[in-house]
Amino acid sequence: MSKAINNNTENISFWYDPDKRSVMYQIGAACLFVFVAWYLVSNTMTNLEKQSIATGFGFLNTEAAFEIGESIIEYSAADRYMRALWVGFLNTLLVSFIGIILTVILGTFLGIARLSKNWLINKCAAVYIELFQDIPILLQLFFWYAFFYETLPSPRDAVNPFSGLFLCNRGLIFGIPQSHPVYKYMAIALIFAVIIIFFMKKWAKKRQDLTGKTFPVFYTSITLIIGLPFVCWLIGGAPTEMSIPVLKGFNFKGGMSISPEFAALLLGLVLYTAAFVAEVVRAGIQSVNRGQTEAAKAVGLKSGQVLNLIILPQALRVIIPPLTSQMLNLTKNSSLAVAIGYPDFVSVAGTAINQTGQAIEGVMLIMVVYLIFSLSTSVFMNWYNKKMAIVER
Amino acid sequence: MKLLKVLAVCITVLAMAALTMAGTLEDVKAKGFIQTGVNGSLFGFGKADNKGVWKGLDVECARAVSVAVFGDPDKLKFTPLTAKTRFTALQSGEIDMLFRNCTQTLSRDTALGLDFGVVNYYDGQGFLISKKLGVKSATELDGATVCVLPGTTTEQNVADYFRTNGMKMNPVVIENTAELAKAFFAGRCDCLTSDASQLAGTRAVAPNPGDYMILPEIISEEPLAPAVRHGDNKWKDIVNYSVLALINAEYLGITSKNVDQMLKSDNPKIKRFLGVTPGIGKALGLDEKFAYNIVKLIGNYGEVFERNVGVNTALGIERGLNALWTEGGLMYSPPFK
Repeated sequence: MSKAINNNTENISFWYDPDKRSVMYQIGAACLFVFVAWYLVSNTMTNLEKQSIATGFGFLNTEAAFEIGESIIEYSAADRYMRALWVGFLNTLLVSFIGIILTVILGTFLGIARLSKNWLINKCAAVYIELFQDIPILLQLFFWYAFFYETLPSPRDAVNPFSGLFLCNRGLIFGIPQSHPVYKYMAIALIFAVIIIFFMKKWAKKRQDLTGKTFPVFYTSITLIIGLPFVCWLIGGAPTEMSIPVLKGFNFKGGMSISPEFAALLLGLVLYTAAFVAEVVRAGIQSVNRGQTEAAKAVGLKSGQVLNLIILPQALRVIIPPLTSQMLNLTKNSSLAVAIGYPDFVSVAGTAINQTGQAIEGVMLIMVVYLIFSLSTSVFMNWYNKKMAIVER
Repeated sequence: MKLLKVLAVCITVLAMAALTMAGTLEDVKAKGFIQTGVNGSLFGFGKADNKGVWKGLDVECARAVSVAVFGDPDKLKFTPLTAKTRFTALQSGEIDMLFRNCTQTLSRDTALGLDFGVVNYYDGQGFLISKKLGVKSATELDGATVCVLPGTTTEQNVADYFRTNGMKMNPVVIENTAELAKAFFAGRCDCLTSDASQLAGTRAVAPNPGDYMILPEIISEEPLAPAVRHGDNKWKDIVNYSVLALINAEYLGITSKNVDQMLKSDNPKIKRFLGVTPGIGKALGLDEKFAYNIVKLIGNYGEVFERNVGVNTALGIERGLNALWTEGGLMYSPPFK
């Protein structure tokens, strides 16, 4: 039998051998791809040159000469394009990061509310989800932005519910503690507290496994997180001096402010994406068999424990992959910022493109940046997914 | 929406790669119309009226080119472009010429692969501000929140102005002109900065135009000119001399009403200009009567100006720099001979 097959393969001509043929196809496809890529790139380069359009990334090192509305790092028009784009990058990162956290919290609440036995809560969640899912995000952003600048008063008539907090169409401006070296140590104390909690949790689990005694991890954690920085603050002399915003000329000086653009973008993205996350969470919880809940209750677990120990670990398997894609959606939708004046990466890059005329390089940078955001979110979520996956025994 | 734009640019790159560079005049004649990039939302310069007819100073200058090439002011198709997309559209060949209140600058003229034509409007950047704030001069604007349209020279000009005067500013950059104006009228910004002509247009559509004023400072020079692709000199000549024909007609005292009588004029300049003495048409590769047609069907520069942006329109702009050089302005045409 095997001999016959061998004879067969020897008889087959080179062109009709499926193995060799498939290799040929692969090589052919690769050649075609390389050729098309080469053709497009070289043709673009020649045409750009023929039309004497500048190319290359040299512009990143020249003076940007434009101002940016808000930035979490120092920036002025005298800085370089590189720094301007970095400001845009951080702004996108900021709104996406805060947006994702709030979305997951709100979405989880809504998802659980959607399954509530309370008719009112259940229906409210249903109405919310349908409403926010079905209105395009851009319209929602326009709505929130217009809502902020139409309803809020001018800085001179700012709402001032209590000392140090102002609400006007320049944003929400509030007092923050005057900078003092002790705050740096408080931050270090906070990190220290988190590390202690991490090891304490491990130790508590080990002890419970060995002796069956439980340890109040939650309350101890809270005490540590608040207590350590507080003690640090007391030792540092308990500084209470505040930087209070004061209206000077056109705007407030001092304190910190949240602009209407940032608020509108964050609110729009969170409310919109949370509706989708709610559905994902609901589907995840419903995927866990009712018998599991009943069994857990029969063993005597409290309802919080049922959710934490039985339902969520199983539901998360179903929830995480679609949740990841919603997180990516939020990040990508944040580029709509340009419509309502929040200086995100696309907005800043757009200005850079227009001032330098180097659209190809600019768009390439935009693509790379969003790829970085998306890939890092994916990598993190995939790691989390693997960690959460149920280990088969 | 953003994604679409990115996609559009990618397609543009592909289109650029595939583009074969024939003369624009031949292309335009073959397809029977001129694809023209215009503003699309700027009252007085490039905007369709409520019947869908395109109006404005830029639009009428573009019509002059259409008359020169086809003898018909309507052989145009308009592409409304944002400040950001306009140059890419021209580079990629999506449009044949750009009449969209574009400021001519050195870097645009060189690095963008464009050629600017003759200036059809001399403008400058200013500030529109609510009278309620009681500001009388731009030098009092320290710390102000400024509404700016992105993708123009205005972002850089205003940053330069505040820097040179040692003042701080806080820009709010919104891409859409209408959205930006709405935010400004609602009080999101203390002032709105743009070219003075645009400010006049924005003020004209304000809920209460009387509540707003344009500050006296003009902080930049903005010669607005049409643009064509770099290297097509023949096409650039046609665009240039179509616009210059409007200016020259005003200089020679020819209007759309008296142009037929002027055909009988003894003035050799007028005879050459209107094609009674042939020569200028052939030199450009156009009909000998192209200048006559432009004046007959559209008018001279003065007529176009007064009809679209002049003192009797909602914009109410004085001729100023845009008057003929003989009347103290900068409008000057080389001789048509």
